[in-house]
Amino acid sequence: MQKEIIIAGFGGQGVLFGGQVLAYAAMDNGLDVTWIPSYGPEMRGGTANCTVVIADREIGSPTVKNPPLAIALNLPSFDKYEELLAPGGTLIVNQSMVDRAAKRTDIHVILVPCNEIAEEIGDRKLLNMVAVGALLTAMTEVKLEDVEKALGGHLPARHKHLLPKNFEALKRGFEHAQKEWDKIPA
Amino acid sequence: MPKELWKGNEAIAEAAVRAGLEAYFGYPITPQTEILEFLSRRMPELGRSFVQAESELGAINMVYGAACTGVRVMSSSSSPGVSLMMEGLSYIAGTEIPAVLVNVMRGGPGLGNIAPAQSDYNQAVRGGGHGDYPRIVLAPASVQEAIDLMGLSFDLAEKYRMITMVILDGSVGQMMEPAEMPALKEIHRKGFDWATDGAMNRERRILSSIYLNPYDEEKTNLRLLKRWKDVQASEVRYKEYFLEDAKYIVIGFGTAGRVALSAVREARAQGIKVGLLRPITVSPFPHEVLDQLTGQAEAILVTEMNMGQMLDDVLLTVRGRVPVEFYGRPGGVVPFHDEILNEIHRLTSGTLAVRTDPRESWLTRMTAAS
Repeated sequence: MQKEIIIAGFGGQGVLFGGQVLAYAAMDNGLDVTWIPSYGPEMRGGTANCTVVIADREIGSPTVKNPPLAIALNLPSFDKYEELLAPGGTLIVNQSMVDRAAKRTDIHVILVPCNEIAEEIGDRKLLNMVAVGALLTAMTEVKLEDVEKALGGHLPARHKHLLPKNFEALKRGFEHAQKEWDKIPA
Repeated sequence: MPKELWKGNEAIAEAAVRAGLEAYFGYPITPQTEILEFLSRRMPELGRSFVQAESELGAINMVYGAACTGVRVMSSSSSPGVSLMMEGLSYIAGTEIPAVLVNVMRGGPGLGNIAPAQSDYNQAVRGGGHGDYPRIVLAPASVQEAIDLMGLSFDLAEKYRMITMVILDGSVGQMMEPAEMPALKEIHRKGFDWATDGAMNRERRILSSIYLNPYDEEKTNLRLLKRWKDVQASEVRYKEYFLEDAKYIVIGFGTAGRVALSAVREARAQGIKVGLLRPITVSPFPHEVLDQLTGQAEAILVTEMNMGQMLDDVLLTVRGRVPVEFYGRPGGVVPFHDEILNEIHRLTSGTLAVRTDPRESWLTRMTAAS
């Protein structure tokens, strides 16, 4: 078993942490995992992405050209990863930041208004957790409760008071995505 | 100890601390700065020495001085910074004292960029500094391997009174993986009989790299080579994947090696008898196992994130017995596994010839593609 996930967006949208949360959950499930950021002098304020690979064996390449799973938190990321996604894959798109529908028909595109949901919860910074929650509807290797446990287990003590809202963001994202899946004809 | 998610650079720093690092001297440069940053906090916490030097030149000469006292000492840098340290490295080699240097390699030459690269292989393995000196070079491909090799690097440096370099590309430094740390060891000074650690109640010792009489220097050179033969005989390390029945052999170190692993697995799933040899010590190079593998191979593919540097070591071993092909991504580009898979398919096409320089056809293919 091996799954590759790319999370992409603007710097400041919590792209890297979103990936780390998945990595922690996978590790706690006894799986091997790699988390690798794109890093460069252009990062601050520009685009950011990270690749998470989850497997039940030694992981080879920590990067992937055509991921089966991706999260696009802004329009440039939507444009880029809609093209690159592996056929049959799932792309979670932050609907709050895009103004177009999907072009490809051989992938699943799940639209989630991450910004609005995060703001409803009362912290716009949680948009990454909304998106991660939505992504979990498309994978079995890491479950919603695994991510919650990982957050509880690895978040520094000074951030522990943020846990309930993080859990809520994950759950709201998950539930929204599930409704979107239900709309897709079998 | 349970596994924790570690970032490569920070894991290297903590692993060095746990192996008994007593003094660190360095200068910041991306993509290795987290090593220095981590140690600037961690070393004082334990009452150990951390100095951010005024330059790489300063740092390596502080390493030189501290190494003379026989304590565990290291520096780390990235490609352009390591170039600046070459004079000091040569002096350390000539003085026959142990020291560890980590190079988190980036794209070059010159200022280049900060993206992952493997283009300092020749500098690390073949010398870099002046004079004729051997050095041990370890090339981790994962965070766990980097942790394990840090402890080993100090052991080897001390055992052979030799520089040990750990070379990794920027992506291993920046990557996070679950890894297990060894326990924090108490500092245990070994009382080396060569260390200049205070001559109270004993005869004075002198450490130097100067031998004005050429015959003395020649003798020193030969002593270094003799010691190197011991290293070659006992310290070769590598990892094998699917090699038992392999007719096609892929060779790659560090990140290029692990990307090749993904390609080899996919090729295996397609029924191709291909295996991977991933050298962990690139110096001493695993010549012997490659020699044996050449006997069973129909063709060999070398893959690197440079223009073909380890390739020369492979060619030296294979000596024209089977075709050797090369695939590299220089300049800070990390290949995707499907690129290497394509090369494996080319390998199996059966139309390859033994050539003097496999770079030639690679260059033709690269320039045609762009």
